[in-house]
Amino acid sequence: MTENLHLLMPELLLAMLALVVLVVDLFLPEDHKGYLPWLAILGLIGLLVLSINLLTNTEVTLYGGLIALDNFSLFFKCAFLALGIIVILASMDFVSRWLRSPGEYYSIVLFSILGMILMVEAQELLTAYIAIELMAFGFYVLVAFGRNNRKSNEAGLKYILVGAFSSAIFLYGLSLVYAATTVTHFDAIETSLRLALTNADQIGPGLWIGMALMLAGLGFKVAAVPFHMWAPDTYEGAPIPVTAFLSVGSKIASLAFMLRLFSEAFLPAIDQWQIIIAVMSALTMTLGNVVAIVQNNYKRLLAYSSIGHVGFMLMGIAALSSIAIEGLLLYMIGYAVTTMAVFTALTALFNMTGGEDISDLGGLGDTHPYFAAAIAVALFSLAGLPFFAGFTMKFYLFAAVGVQGLLWLAGLAVFNSLVSLYYYLRIIREMYVKPSPESVTLLMSHSEASNNISKPTVVITSLSVLLTLSIIYLGVYPFHLVKIIKAATLSIWD
Amino acid sequence: MDQFGGLWFLVSVMGNFNEIVLIAILGVPLFTGGTLIFFPRNKIGAIRAFAFFGSLLTCLLSLYVFVTYDYHAGGYQFAGSVIWLMEPLNINFSFGIDGISAPMILLTGIVMLAGTIMSWNIKYRTKDFFVLFMFLVAGVVGTFSVRDIFFLFFFYELAVLPMFPLIAVWGNTTDFGSFLRTKEYSAMKLTLYLVAGSALVWIGIIALFIETTNVGSGTFSIETLSQMSEDGVFSQKFQLIFFPFFMIGFGVLAGLWPFHTWSPDGHVAAPTAVSMIHAGVLMKLGAYGIIRIGMTILPDGASGWMPLLMGLGTVNVLYGAVSAMGQRDLKYVIGYSSVSHMGLVLMGLATLNPIGVTGAVLQMFSHGIMTALFFAVVGMIYERTHTRDITMLGGLAHKMTFTVILFAVAGLTSLGLPGLSGFVAEILIFVGVFKTAAPLAVLAVIGAAITAVYVLRLLAKAFFGPIDSKWENLTDGEPRELITNGLLAGIILFVGLWPMPFMNVINSGVAELLTRYAI
Repeated sequence: MTENLHLLMPELLLAMLALVVLVVDLFLPEDHKGYLPWLAILGLIGLLVLSINLLTNTEVTLYGGLIALDNFSLFFKCAFLALGIIVILASMDFVSRWLRSPGEYYSIVLFSILGMILMVEAQELLTAYIAIELMAFGFYVLVAFGRNNRKSNEAGLKYILVGAFSSAIFLYGLSLVYAATTVTHFDAIETSLRLALTNADQIGPGLWIGMALMLAGLGFKVAAVPFHMWAPDTYEGAPIPVTAFLSVGSKIASLAFMLRLFSEAFLPAIDQWQIIIAVMSALTMTLGNVVAIVQNNYKRLLAYSSIGHVGFMLMGIAALSSIAIEGLLLYMIGYAVTTMAVFTALTALFNMTGGEDISDLGGLGDTHPYFAAAIAVALFSLAGLPFFAGFTMKFYLFAAVGVQGLLWLAGLAVFNSLVSLYYYLRIIREMYVKPSPESVTLLMSHSEASNNISKPTVVITSLSVLLTLSIIYLGVYPFHLVKIIKAATLSIWD
Repeated sequence: MDQFGGLWFLVSVMGNFNEIVLIAILGVPLFTGGTLIFFPRNKIGAIRAFAFFGSLLTCLLSLYVFVTYDYHAGGYQFAGSVIWLMEPLNINFSFGIDGISAPMILLTGIVMLAGTIMSWNIKYRTKDFFVLFMFLVAGVVGTFSVRDIFFLFFFYELAVLPMFPLIAVWGNTTDFGSFLRTKEYSAMKLTLYLVAGSALVWIGIIALFIETTNVGSGTFSIETLSQMSEDGVFSQKFQLIFFPFFMIGFGVLAGLWPFHTWSPDGHVAAPTAVSMIHAGVLMKLGAYGIIRIGMTILPDGASGWMPLLMGLGTVNVLYGAVSAMGQRDLKYVIGYSSVSHMGLVLMGLATLNPIGVTGAVLQMFSHGIMTALFFAVVGMIYERTHTRDITMLGGLAHKMTFTVILFAVAGLTSLGLPGLSGFVAEILIFVGVFKTAAPLAVLAVIGAAITAVYVLRLLAKAFFGPIDSKWENLTDGEPRELITNGLLAGIILFVGLWPMPFMNVINSGVAELLTRYAI
């Protein structure tokens, strides 16, 4: 049992790091709390280096097939560790300004990341379930972290109710699958499915109902239509860095888990579920993009836009194949980088102005030319315009979906991209054409008078620059990333 | 040897100059735009000078490419290729120009330089303006110089992207009381129309890619695709289904009726230099896309759908001309005349015979220069009079003699006066159309006659006649403006009097293109 324990070092150390942050917080005096995020970041960087050195090209399953350590897991492990670093960097200023208990905040972020990593590694349903819960519990707390903010509390309550409900549905589906097949390992499920498909009378409808319920549970986690209702309220209420973390981390982890589940366990039944997921994806992208048009709060707008992006990403699962997995992984990375870039810039602005409406961005091109440009670049990228990551990722994924015989879905996605351009342009117009609203101008002049209190910090500015450059890099030359993605894809699809 | 190291390097670079010159034409605007980002905002002089030298260099390089293009050899020249993405997408950044794209590159270089010079007086966010302008040009140059559909589409969309801020921020709102078009409205309309067009193109590209993966490894290379097309990989049914995606998708940008309505609004709202680039060069991207993807790769589809394109093109010519006649705004007249002239280009393409297609490509060049000149002159007039209302103008020729002469040159080209470039191009198109669809050729000639009516009426009403007292203090163009526009007028005259250098190059490309069509 323990001979391969060292391969799990990154996970074990990450759990330890989260606890260390929690403990150190107890002993740090109030005015030194600023060291906590740096401690977490240093730890994460160390883990990133360790994981790459320890695990590159490892292909093993541990503990009788509970956990798979392969290039696919490694790819996402590195992605989530990097995401942790970015989220913590983006949160630092926000947490010290607006939230209490930084120790708990950073430690819970780390626990959530651990949950995401385990989700992608799980090769057995119960292990996966526990990992999902570990991630979700972290998010329940984080969403409600603005304790004195009514919206944040409301969001937290909604999220925990819906989350608990969806977990129950997932668990029920899981038990039905277990009842039908008497196994929970992915490869064993695949074998039973194959049998079931050849002898239709051998296994009853429980298996199909179970699979459908699991899909519904996961649909809640990724906010796919018709399980998306919680997302806009939760996104609006949560503190901005948490919204970013939620819309990137939880979605990508759930989709990556779905990738492994569907390609390692449910693949034989692709004819049965492909059309369901394709329709779900069509509904999700259409609803997300159309409803986003009428939003006035930018967090709500981005919530609906991220529902739209989930619709795009679900296409990759509907068109499951090696080219679609590559496209989906590229999309995930591009989406993560771009979304984090938007939210980083918005966090920086929120720290200065405290406004959350699109109209609060008025005149940004004059008052903060750099952040306006960063937001514009990121939004153009999300809309899928070239030179930016969004174009490459959409082109790859849509072409892959088309090749798998779902040209109608790819076509719908192309038109949804067009719709999304409209509401992204609304924000850009606000920033560059409209004058700044009185309140912001006043606040700006006031802050300049009082010694530039609300200048963006160096950390968040550099992070924003870095993310913007990454968007352009991925848009102009994705060669190296695609090479890594190919290696990751080979682990779950050969 | 060591002390000659640098020299040897220079020699070897010069030796390979032809292999990198297209990269340079693409790279110079990108580099100029990218470097300008780091200029301080208030150093307007330095920004302008840097943008000017970037444009001048691009223009000279494009002239070099055009002049040294060997039309006897034909085919893609100045070519090169770099792997961008491996299997299964197989995208290569491959570039090279043929007889059809060479004049387009030259056109882009000229209009870019003229546009930069005509933007001399932009004071508001000068830096941002030139950064976006340079990226716009880079997108245009890229589209004309690549040999891979992915990158063609990449640069095509890149050219659309900067239009929104350029119009929304630096543009003009048109307000005639009952007729109001805000610049934000026009910018949004233009962007959404063009991106909707490119959505169709995108679907078409995916469909092509699917077909190629069905017979082996997928590819986006235009040469491989057209080879596959000759080998019969794309069935006639496939071609007939997907040719309209390219025809309409690219047609939107070419101002194809009934998807042209963004064009007058957009051109009028845009600042002078952007109107010049947009009407002069960007609309040609649409026609170029139809040639490069639609007609090259899907010949059966093209043959099947060309009657429709011919018909729509005729509507374009007449509708544009009649609409231009009814306009009060000087810039709207030019905007609708662009719609009308692009109709001639589409008609020429739809003939699928060498004369008509050659005429269409020459018309693309000629119209590009002519419209750039039009918009530049209108910009000069607007800067001085602050109105574009034709009824308010009158007798400007007394005060702005040279400006009006330049406008007259553009106007006379537009109505097809012999000796100017428009005549050569239009006569070729008319002959080509007569061969395939004689009744429509008659209608097109009628369109040209209507053009004569509105151009001459415009000249009479706005520029000649007694001068209104409020224009007593007008000044003629500055040397900077007159020389630039004089050069544009000179090119029009040159092409009109001696079109052979252009015809030879264009013919080599068109002949290669039309080998697919049994005529």
